[in-house]
Amino acid sequence: MDQLRPYRSFVSYIDCSRTYYAAQGYDKPYAWPHYDEVPFAPPAKPLSQCRVGLVTTAGLPKPADPMAAMLYRREMYAQPAWPPPASLYTDDLFWDKKATHTRDVDSFLPLTRLARAAAAGRIGSASPRFYGVPTDYSQGRTIERYSPQILKWCREDGVDAVILLAL
Amino acid sequence: MSLVARHLEANGLPTVVMGCARDIVEECGVARFVFTDFPLGNPSGKPGDAAMQQAILGTALDLLERAWMPRTTVQTPYQWPDDAWRENFMRVDASNREELARQGKERRDLQARLKKS
Repeated sequence: MDQLRPYRSFVSYIDCSRTYYAAQGYDKPYAWPHYDEVPFAPPAKPLSQCRVGLVTTAGLPKPADPMAAMLYRREMYAQPAWPPPASLYTDDLFWDKKATHTRDVDSFLPLTRLARAAAAGRIGSASPRFYGVPTDYSQGRTIERYSPQILKWCREDGVDAVILLAL
Repeated sequence: MSLVARHLEANGLPTVVMGCARDIVEECGVARFVFTDFPLGNPSGKPGDAAMQQAILGTALDLLERAWMPRTTVQTPYQWPDDAWRENFMRVDASNREELARQGKERRDLQARLKKS
């Protein structure tokens, strides 16, 4: 062993966000989804024949025009995966802005890496589009509105397997 | 994001979630999860480190192929250069308690004003 530690190594975001928002005066803690049952779909064919799609919580870049930027609202989107975008909007998301940055899109949405895996024959192909879904306080909206739309886009693009990346 | 993954799985599409918030993803319960113990923000590898990013994506692809049951979590072998972020993120202590209370009140007041108008 490298060390002995009297604590759990990985951060519990459920615990630390509850404490943080309580300190801001929010008495009712956020209730995170918990399920006992987990659905599981095995791949229907070898990965070398599968088309793989990526889903991100990052948003499309904010418009440069200040007026348009003020009106910018997070929405779902499907965008061409190639060439990969030079940047995506992440300022409104819950991530560690002091410790790291998101200027390298492949550090949170590995479009270039996926294209390389396709070129190497590891997967059949990369989906021609990637998909964006806002992080929403409302689990109802995520379940009833966003999830079916992502499924629809994946089916339109002939996607066989999906990698989802939360910042 | 875990909720979206569950919906896709329930409709026959295999998924892998890649992320750094282990407790949130595992509480929800997903089919396959690639966990990297980094500060939130770079679930597919350190910025600028193409080799690491390729390897983490490779782990996700391996998991797609090989997991035989749901709730399969794989932790990648990478470490962030220092551990200070673990203590600093959303930290609450004597030095910022008053400021956090003030920020919360300010936000609620603003929301109340927006609701009225």
